[in-house]
Amino acid sequence: MLKPWLGRAAVLALPALPTLLAMLTTAVLFILFLLIQGQPAWQAGPLVFEGAFGSMFAWENTLMRAAPLMLTALCVALPARAGLIIIGGEGALVLGGLAAAVTPLWLPSLPAWPMLIAMGVAAMLAGGLWIGLSGWLRQKRGVNETIGSLLLSYIALAIFRHLVEGPLRDPNSLNKPSTPPLDGSYQIGVISDSFYVHWGLVAGVVACVLAWVFVRYSVVGFSLRIVGGNPRTPRMLGLPVDRLVLLTCVLGGAAAGLAGMYEVSAVQGSANTALISGYGTAGILVAFAARHNPLGIIVCAILLGGLEASGGLLQRRLGLPDATTLILQGILFINLLAWEALTRRTLDWRLWLRGHWIAAPPSRTGTTEVSHG
Amino acid sequence: MAESELSIFLLALLAGAIRVGTPFLFVSLGECLTEKGGRINLGLEGILVTGAMTGYAVSYLSGSPWLGVLAAGLSGLALGLVHGVICSLPRVNDIAFGIALILFGTGLAFFLGKDFIQPSAPMLPSIPLGFWSDDTRVRSALNVNVLFFIGVALAFVLHWGLRGTRWGLVLRLVGDHQDSAQALGYRAAGVRILATGVGGFLAGVGGAYLSLYYPGSWNEGLSSGQGLMAVALVIFARWQPINCLWAALLFGAAGAVGPALQAIGIGWGYYLFNAIPYVLTLAVMVITCRPDRTLSGAPGELSLNR
Repeated sequence: MLKPWLGRAAVLALPALPTLLAMLTTAVLFILFLLIQGQPAWQAGPLVFEGAFGSMFAWENTLMRAAPLMLTALCVALPARAGLIIIGGEGALVLGGLAAAVTPLWLPSLPAWPMLIAMGVAAMLAGGLWIGLSGWLRQKRGVNETIGSLLLSYIALAIFRHLVEGPLRDPNSLNKPSTPPLDGSYQIGVISDSFYVHWGLVAGVVACVLAWVFVRYSVVGFSLRIVGGNPRTPRMLGLPVDRLVLLTCVLGGAAAGLAGMYEVSAVQGSANTALISGYGTAGILVAFAARHNPLGIIVCAILLGGLEASGGLLQRRLGLPDATTLILQGILFINLLAWEALTRRTLDWRLWLRGHWIAAPPSRTGTTEVSHG
Repeated sequence: MAESELSIFLLALLAGAIRVGTPFLFVSLGECLTEKGGRINLGLEGILVTGAMTGYAVSYLSGSPWLGVLAAGLSGLALGLVHGVICSLPRVNDIAFGIALILFGTGLAFFLGKDFIQPSAPMLPSIPLGFWSDDTRVRSALNVNVLFFIGVALAFVLHWGLRGTRWGLVLRLVGDHQDSAQALGYRAAGVRILATGVGGFLAGVGGAYLSLYYPGSWNEGLSSGQGLMAVALVIFARWQPINCLWAALLFGAAGAVGPALQAIGIGWGYYLFNAIPYVLTLAVMVITCRPDRTLSGAPGELSLNR
């Protein structure tokens, strides 16, 4: 009575079920929260959409925010492949931004392209070293990487503030302490005048695609899956666990550092405290929402970028505080993790669907399914 | 001259150890209780901020700072229970959920606390232990808040409770070996939910201290990661409540180095000195942790010791 193609579609859609349910409950809870607050909840929903994707301007705003999110999410997702929860992306981002901002000051004058490459390399080195340090501390000293990376992030922010407001401060930056502004030729522009988003977006997408190819198709990526899956198996196989873990941390940190470089050279024009704007923290959410899948990160970064972009509109039209988007993010994160509990069930349902709904050759699928269950 | 400056500096450090250390004490006792049950709650940072806002708001609205402390604790209890319940579901990672709770707690506090940044709420009272001195600096340094004494008493009570009561033994059993606890008929999930809830209550009280005594106002930059440092502090204290007390005082002193230096006119490197607690925490973890073995005293079911 039921069509087999429907069953196949259901089987394909099932893995996305926890995420979809999480988004649904998030929307319901958020509306409830606003209603309890006596806020016009029914206007807020459409406004979030309008502010995120309702116009070309909204799209540009969204993508501008999505670009650094893709890179900071990689800072979480790549180490997560090896089983680490790294949450210090914010520190890697600001140090990367700072490194990029001071590179032109310390290098002799260069043409734009070599200088931009040097800035990118400096930013990636700074970020990579910082997150790499977290990985090293975990592997060599047994320091929990979640706490370690966060402490290092706080330390990075302190160093950043100290340098930007002290030794590296441009005396002309009065109200907003900054490093000396970048020369115009070292500033990264927009992709085109009709698509007013800086090139960091391209960098973010390319980085995510590269990361996807890396974890999916490279031998190293395959080894990582073993390392992340079980702590003992890789050692028995003789895999260089420490080196693999370090590699993911350095690559992740480099991505976050690169995000800092784009924020400096495409948005701010110098390193200042505006860099500390929570992209690192939001990147954690993006990575978890995407289940640490680099291609998923592209989609989730755009969604979350949209959520953040709509904050201004909520503030202007409804007078909601700017913390509204923070609450929305928190509810979303909580729901994403809570619905994760459903994953095992969805696996069962998937097997059941395959067995009962789709008229597949029973002998073949039947045996493999039993062995999985 | 130099000698008096040194004594001012040391006095500021001592005062800071108590003043800055009190919230550390409450949060670390809360985290200690949670971790004894085998869970780790990084979300205490978010609970701390929510507690600070709730405490301040209720104190302002009701006129009683103690009602504020109670409300802060209850808000922490609620968030702690959320953590406890959801992390009891299969496949939910408690560390990741803690991060989500940080985001949610801070968001909630910033959203609801917007209206309370301006008005000033009644503060918690303190006990003037420096009454014998004529020096105003000594007097102000020895003004010790009542919550500090409650925290100290609590550390001893918890120390005794974890060793000498049935509740404490069940909690430790659940945290050390879930299967044995269940074989004896205790529901591990229920015990953990309770422990996380009470831990949240204590962290909420720690937050109320921040907004109702020191620094003594509500704003969005109130917490600087105390809730997270408390997690490291508990490791340093080897999951012993009384050690939490000493560790909290040490961290308080470390956090007071920046302001103490300012008190004697050294303004250089303000941000760097303020980062001392983070460096100290990291150093402590590097010294105490080892990659090849779990720490002595660590609850066996703790995901921290994978």
